[in-house]
Amino acid sequence: MRRANLNSWLLAAPLTGVLFVFLILPILLIVAVSFWSADEFSFRPDFQFGNYEYLFGSAVAWKVFGLTFMMSVIVWALTLAIGFTIAFFLAFHVRTQKWQMVLFLLTTIPFWTSNIIRMISWIPLLGKNGLVNQTLIGAGLINEPLQWLLYSSFSVCLAFVHLYTLFMVVPIFNTMMRIDKSLIEAARDGGASGFQILTNVIIPLSKPGIMIGSIFVIALVMSDFVTTRFMSGSQLANVGRLISNDIGLLQYPSAAATAVVLLITVLLIIGAMLRLVDIRKEL
Amino acid sequence: MSKMRYSRRNILKGGAAAVAASAFPAPMIWAQEIKDVVLRQAGTGVSAFNEVAAKVKEDLGFTLEMTALDSDAVTQRAATQPDSYDIADIEYWICKKVWPTGNLQAMDISKIANYDKIAGTFRDGKLTPDSVIAQGTAPHTVGFVEGPGSTTFATQDSGWMTLIPTIYNADTLGIRPDLIGRPIDSWAELLNPEFKGKASILDISSIGIMDMAMVCEAMGEIKYADKGNMTTEEIDKTIGIFMEAKKNGQFRAFWKSFDESVNLMASGEVVIQSMWSPAITAVRAQGVPCVYQPLKEGYRSWGGGIGLSAGLSGLPLDAAYEYINWYLSGWVGGFLMRQGYYSAVPETSKLFMSEDEWGFWYEGKAATGDIVSPGGTVIEKAGAVRDGGSFLDRMGKVACWNSVMDENQYMVRKWNEFIAA
Repeated sequence: MRRANLNSWLLAAPLTGVLFVFLILPILLIVAVSFWSADEFSFRPDFQFGNYEYLFGSAVAWKVFGLTFMMSVIVWALTLAIGFTIAFFLAFHVRTQKWQMVLFLLTTIPFWTSNIIRMISWIPLLGKNGLVNQTLIGAGLINEPLQWLLYSSFSVCLAFVHLYTLFMVVPIFNTMMRIDKSLIEAARDGGASGFQILTNVIIPLSKPGIMIGSIFVIALVMSDFVTTRFMSGSQLANVGRLISNDIGLLQYPSAAATAVVLLITVLLIIGAMLRLVDIRKEL
Repeated sequence: MSKMRYSRRNILKGGAAAVAASAFPAPMIWAQEIKDVVLRQAGTGVSAFNEVAAKVKEDLGFTLEMTALDSDAVTQRAATQPDSYDIADIEYWICKKVWPTGNLQAMDISKIANYDKIAGTFRDGKLTPDSVIAQGTAPHTVGFVEGPGSTTFATQDSGWMTLIPTIYNADTLGIRPDLIGRPIDSWAELLNPEFKGKASILDISSIGIMDMAMVCEAMGEIKYADKGNMTTEEIDKTIGIFMEAKKNGQFRAFWKSFDESVNLMASGEVVIQSMWSPAITAVRAQGVPCVYQPLKEGYRSWGGGIGLSAGLSGLPLDAAYEYINWYLSGWVGGFLMRQGYYSAVPETSKLFMSEDEWGFWYEGKAATGDIVSPGGTVIEKAGAVRDGGSFLDRMGKVACWNSVMDENQYMVRKWNEFIAA
């Protein structure tokens, strides 16, 4: 008994060590630095709440946190709807495994380009003189080019959905593939309609996949800064940009405080989501 | 620390070398070891050209590794990671921020061969004897310190320089004349409602705030005591005017990197914006008309130079001085002048430029033949005249320099609010 106990501790030790050094320790450091004080080009160890006071007292910070959260929710809803549909199509409508894999790989296309290239390539499509505006003007639907297509919340949202839908598709597709087909046959034999099968069989059994995908998307959107910067033409801010601005200006303690608040916010959201579905039990 | 460590033992290795080294220490070490020296230069992208590194290898024998970063990132690195670079290629306002950290070392001007030929702007602040010194962080105000180890700036030439000036220019607004169709002559036009949704300003607070100040002053909204050192009320008012404009949809986008400004202009998303000189050239190279518009209120100017990391000593330090002397000896100057910048020692650059190039870029004369960029593309045809004219016309009309203010932290917070609003 004692020996087995020791063995399992030893087996877990390397991973614990790695996680402690590369995850726990850096986070503790960030928390510690968030209480430091700083002036223009130096910062020193201290224990004061000035960084948090400024953060919570700033109307702009509240607004930015709100916008970031709202963007996460919108992107989450869209990627879920699109991702679920794609996964459903791949898992239940595509018959052969070969085609399932081919189509699945196609969904990774957004990852073939870098953010910079995407940023440049949106201009010819969505810009004032871009393809979309020219087509609409040519078709006589509008007289003036639509400004909101590019450098707006719309374009930021579009880029996010374009990028992160894959993170929904993968886990949902994975759980759907594990659904025993005989369950669906049984439901059909029992007289369930297609819609009833979807809501009573497939969605409940896909929940772990949906939840994992949701965690990915929300964590990614909440922590993003580069997509927002490029796609809004720097006109919109999110929490990531607040942090990167602070870092750029050597305000590490202030950046650390913002990072800590962001971390807590994301953990709370994920904690709440995990209450809804026990991933470990259902996997 | 520098990658190169030269212990006495190493250098004195071998009996013959030891004898020679004790007889003529420096030249001997120089000849043998210089090829192994690697100098790491971190700087803003403006002067980080591979051609320069290649030429250093060819002319001086040692290796120059260049890292190009944006202004904020360079400041950060210079102030917090002194061991990560040997040479800091930075602007004067960055020097004002970084110098007090003690990460750079003062340079002895007696080791700079062409010191006397450096433009007056960098020595006593006066381009010509009757020039008026512009507002902001003028290079000569942070160009000298009292001596080695000193962290306070000297008010005049003390023999110890913080940065050796290398490059500078006068910036203004870039416009698309074909899409505007009327003359533009004032900074105030940036906020003209006529250009709603077609304007842009750069998102680098220390430079952007100066462009804003030029605009607000030109509009007659604010009269600054010193644009380069605003009071908190002046900052509030300036940013307030721009926040209002942003809410009204004046701006199409903000840009942070050179390529973004080129894309915004070339695609026609923006018709008037803050811009840097080579970006104009890049837009024109795509066949799109673009003018670096001289404005009646004058230019916003900037200057850059080379600083040495405090950790640099021994042979790499000698190599760095050699590099600086080479930098000022003309080849790089000519190379930079052909991009539309000015060299700190125009006299020597002239030797490396054709008469036509010198006439076009420096004297503001009409080109007699094709003007070719260092990359080999034709950027101007015969008969073209540089926007803004000659060196004295442009640098003589500097209204302010890029700056760091006493209220910098406050300004930065306000700037972040402007971007987030």
